[in-house]
Amino acid sequence: MSKAINIITSTIVPLHNENVDTDQIIPARFLKATSRDGFGKNLFRDWRYENDDETKPKKDFVLNNPIYSGKILVAGKNFGCGSSREHAAWAIKDAGFDVVVSSFFADIFKNNALNNFLLPVVVSDEFLQKIFAAVEKDSAAQLEINLKEQSIKLLAGGEQEIFEINHYKKTCLLNGYDDIDYLLSIKDKIEAFEISMNS
Amino acid sequence: MMDTTKHSNYNSTPSGAGGHSLFEKIWDKHIVQTIEDGPSVLYIDKHLIHEVTSPQAFTGLNKRGIKVFRPKQIVATADHNVPTLNQHLPIKEALSRLQVEALIKNCAEHGIELYGLGHPYQGIVHVIGPELGITQPGLTVVCGDSHTSTHGAFGAIAFGIGTSEVEMVMTTQCLLQSKPKLMRINVDGELNKGVVSKDIILYIISLISASGATGYAVEFAGSTIRNLSMEARMTICNMSIEMGARCGLIAPDETTFNYIKGRKFAPQADEWNKKLTEWKTLFSDADAIFDKEIFIDAAAIEPMITYGTNPGMGIGVSKHIPSLNEIDAKEKNSFEKSLHYMGLQAGEHIKGKKIDYVFIGSCTNSRIEDLRMVASFVKGKKKANDVEVWIVPGSKQVEAQAKQEGLDKILEAAGFMLRQPGCSACLGMNEDKIPAGKYCISTSNRNFEGRQGPNARTFLASPLSAAVAAITGKVSDVREFLN
Repeated sequence: MSKAINIITSTIVPLHNENVDTDQIIPARFLKATSRDGFGKNLFRDWRYENDDETKPKKDFVLNNPIYSGKILVAGKNFGCGSSREHAAWAIKDAGFDVVVSSFFADIFKNNALNNFLLPVVVSDEFLQKIFAAVEKDSAAQLEINLKEQSIKLLAGGEQEIFEINHYKKTCLLNGYDDIDYLLSIKDKIEAFEISMNS
Repeated sequence: MMDTTKHSNYNSTPSGAGGHSLFEKIWDKHIVQTIEDGPSVLYIDKHLIHEVTSPQAFTGLNKRGIKVFRPKQIVATADHNVPTLNQHLPIKEALSRLQVEALIKNCAEHGIELYGLGHPYQGIVHVIGPELGITQPGLTVVCGDSHTSTHGAFGAIAFGIGTSEVEMVMTTQCLLQSKPKLMRINVDGELNKGVVSKDIILYIISLISASGATGYAVEFAGSTIRNLSMEARMTICNMSIEMGARCGLIAPDETTFNYIKGRKFAPQADEWNKKLTEWKTLFSDADAIFDKEIFIDAAAIEPMITYGTNPGMGIGVSKHIPSLNEIDAKEKNSFEKSLHYMGLQAGEHIKGKKIDYVFIGSCTNSRIEDLRMVASFVKGKKKANDVEVWIVPGSKQVEAQAKQEGLDKILEAAGFMLRQPGCSACLGMNEDKIPAGKYCISTSNRNFEGRQGPNARTFLASPLSAAVAAITGKVSDVREFLN
């Protein structure tokens, strides 16, 4: 199965909160697994359930609202701040998301997302508010994200914006390459660097 | 108090004309190559690992059928998920035990030095690196933990990474990194009575917000910083991540060199002199250029406490929580949600709020100096009856030192419980959790919702402020209790 991504068209799950930290995305008590799988069921665990009880979903939380679904999570600024746990990116991906849209991402989360082919798309504050307004008006509103064109478009109204991503990472995502493959390919160079550093 | 200068003429590839900053001197030396229109390949000198963020990386290596590239440059410990009582017994909780056992097995298979449970060097990864002399000026240091920024206190580039990046460093000793922007925060002047390094960093984060340094490497400078001990400097760099910074760093000086000298892995004899010459070149040149510079008057800082659910929501202990009309319209929702979680009202005073738990520990404040500070304040006093106090030393070495100095007796006499080393209630991953709805004054680094346990409420503060709260049973101004 290729991990490559390019065009993603989907309905939206809107999360209005700002400063969503990785402890909310996946609380520490769920980090005891030694594999990368299965974190999705505990995504936003404490926002999702009353008193940690899966039989008591919190009605006002967006993931429990059946009118919202899709592969694109849209959230307020400074998404993914706090702990470096990659489990946060694994949990979001495992819950079926391919894209997170925000006006601002924390550094480590952004790298973790990219390393898991979960595309972080940075939009302007204005565009973020447009998305929230569109999905509030119609929960079936769709976004189209085109990585090659670096564009994000609200399908109904046609409003669109261009997003930034560094050329190297874009190439990796479009082709399904990862950083480890790249680093392993230059191992000779790394060994030569070690020798020059110690001489 | 704050003066921000933006330099527009900063060149992102600094080699060439103009002075170099501390960060650039270290960064430039570690670049293997730069990908055109992409990140740089950064060489990593030291890699610290622990049980929670490493197992999937080892699995990745095993899947590729390769061994760790430079096992001698990795040091492992068990800290995040270990009990802090009865560490000599098998870990009761099955998943936690399996995770710690996986670390033991992985380290043995790949030839990595492990300071696991029961080892005299075991402890919180960011406490043991410095105390063993592993952390040194001029190095690049990474760990699958965001508080790796701690090690920057020695004039190193140190930052937290995710598990995929842990795997990259294990396979190639390198990472792909884009160069961050540079910020310098200058703190000058004398600190007020009762104000310690934790207050400095909480004050800075309250000024620039929990995302104010995202995308930046932050150098801390100025006379106040120069006068701090290494432990105090580590507290400041530790919390750089809480304002979003990629890393925090402080130029090494005599304080740094004196701290490192003689430690287990410190350079010896001729090697020491060689290193010292090199380390003395590690400072920002007078004409180094920063993208952003902030100036802070130390005299403006009072003992700090957080009232909300991110570390930027902090105030001086004598101040009131902001009223609704002091909050930006766009942030009102988050602010109200935060206060609702905390069970606090906008505009009210925080001093006098009743607390239930006191946690003194974490990679921010669990070093010997922190324990001495607490012990010296509580000597001859008793904790409030309805308060539970946990002191969790940062490492076995800190624990041993505390006992040797008799601090354990002082703390126990005050009714404080001295536990065994680990991350403990900072993140509530083991059984050390604060119960739902209870208030904990904590010397840790994060007051996020549920961080110390589901629905637990956290006030972040210094060890001194935590100690006084333990005695009075409520949020108190330590200055009223000092002579």
